[in-house]
Amino acid sequence: MDAVIDNLPLFLDGFRNTLGLLLIAGVGASVIGLIVAAMRISPISSFRLFATAYTELVRNTPLTLVLFFCAYLLPLLEFSPGYFQLAAIGLTVYTSPFVAEALRSGVNGVHVGQAEAARSVGLTFGQTLTFVVMPQAIRMVVPPLINVLIALTKNTSVAGAFFVFELFGAARKVTNDRGDAVIPILLAVAAFYLIITIPLGLIAGRIEKKVAVLR
Amino acid sequence: MSSVLYDAPGPKSRARSRLISVVGTIILAGGLLALIVVLGLPKTSANGAVQPGLWDISRWDVFNDLLVWRTLGFGALATLRMAAVAAVFALVIGVLFSFGRLSASAWIRVPTTVLLEFFRGMPVLLMMLFILLVFSTGSFWAGVAALSVYNGAIIGEALRAGINALPRGQREAGLAIGLTPVATRFRIEFPQAFRQMLPIIIAQLVVLLKDTSLSFIVGYNELLRAGLNQLANFFGEQYKFSFFFIVLAIYLAMNLSLSWLARRIAKRTGPQAGSVTKDDSTPPIDPVQVDPQALGAQSRS
Repeated sequence: MDAVIDNLPLFLDGFRNTLGLLLIAGVGASVIGLIVAAMRISPISSFRLFATAYTELVRNTPLTLVLFFCAYLLPLLEFSPGYFQLAAIGLTVYTSPFVAEALRSGVNGVHVGQAEAARSVGLTFGQTLTFVVMPQAIRMVVPPLINVLIALTKNTSVAGAFFVFELFGAARKVTNDRGDAVIPILLAVAAFYLIITIPLGLIAGRIEKKVAVLR
Repeated sequence: MSSVLYDAPGPKSRARSRLISVVGTIILAGGLLALIVVLGLPKTSANGAVQPGLWDISRWDVFNDLLVWRTLGFGALATLRMAAVAAVFALVIGVLFSFGRLSASAWIRVPTTVLLEFFRGMPVLLMMLFILLVFSTGSFWAGVAALSVYNGAIIGEALRAGINALPRGQREAGLAIGLTPVATRFRIEFPQAFRQMLPIIIAQLVVLLKDTSLSFIVGYNELLRAGLNQLANFFGEQYKFSFFFIVLAIYLAMNLSLSWLARRIAKRTGPQAGSVTKDDSTPPIDPVQVDPQALGAQSRS
């Protein structure tokens, strides 16, 4: 137990970096994901093709490989803004197709009759999306988006293996120093992750129930 | 054929959309081409040494060497072996979890729920490190154990959602013809739930296959380590990119074929829902965001 208390500053340091990665990558992935999702449902076939290819390629690449590229290969291309930033870029790219898919599944989840009704009263593509489909889709999209965020929280741990000092990095360092107290240290780190993921999961479940009642 | 979101375009808007399409294609293709060209240019590093571009033959001649392909092959086999072993255990653990969570006795249900939440909320990588350090199992079994527990928890939730989504009559009928509750669950409910959830389970197995690359970090000698660590260190810096692209291609080939299988099965067994947008009609299966509760709610409605 003392191993945990002695190293609490280290853990808090790591926790801060984990939260930082979560925030940056979350916002970045949302922006890119929104663009990709819009391309994916747009009438222009080349955009659709590009968005589909992007989604499929990035989604089927292991995160470790993406972060490896960012941490080892981007510096070789003379692009090295620091390992934290590189990891944030990698996580952003890796998470964006998942956001896009969540958004798209939300749009697809809106009943066809809604879009048909909007179209038949004469709304255009843009109006149909902004006034009819999106307001309903966004509501349904929140729980899966939160699940993407939960996955992102857990994925930030991989950055710890690529020179970023976040929770997993802290765990590695402290378990190296204190090989006698591995179990309490790892449980403490797990608790830090659970502090983020469990509340998010509860919120997702709550919203889901609300939405289910509304529909 | 045409989407609900916009009319079948008339001549004017067809011309306009063709224009946008062409311009968009040119922009996208131009961007890609520019990237490829820029990567291909020879570059001068800080100390004045000139390195050949990424597509230069001197960066790729290493693939004439049979040893490289042998190493990559062994790496890919190690990855597949870990994925296969972990998948079997994950399925078993998933079934156990789903039964535990649906148990009539709170003494089983509550601890299972707590355990499940714990496993689902923790990074796989941390679990690998934990198992490696605490049980000193060696990196292969650390990876297998962590992957099977984590994915087992998620498969368990999917199965539970599947069982919950069955019409109540199924269970009642089973009980009415005199099967015990356990036999009803095994022989009536579980087979149906399993078939219903098969696409999600396979999608989760794709995640599992992808996540085997995490065991690289705890020191297991799989595809990523073989290709990007051993080979790149052995043959030198200038081949790093080439090895990266080859490893990426191998991973994509493995994962995409498994995803394709998942989609085929989803098309055959999944619910046939109408969709607002034009492209593929299958409900997108999202490995990471699979939320069993949402799925349960969806298939109930």
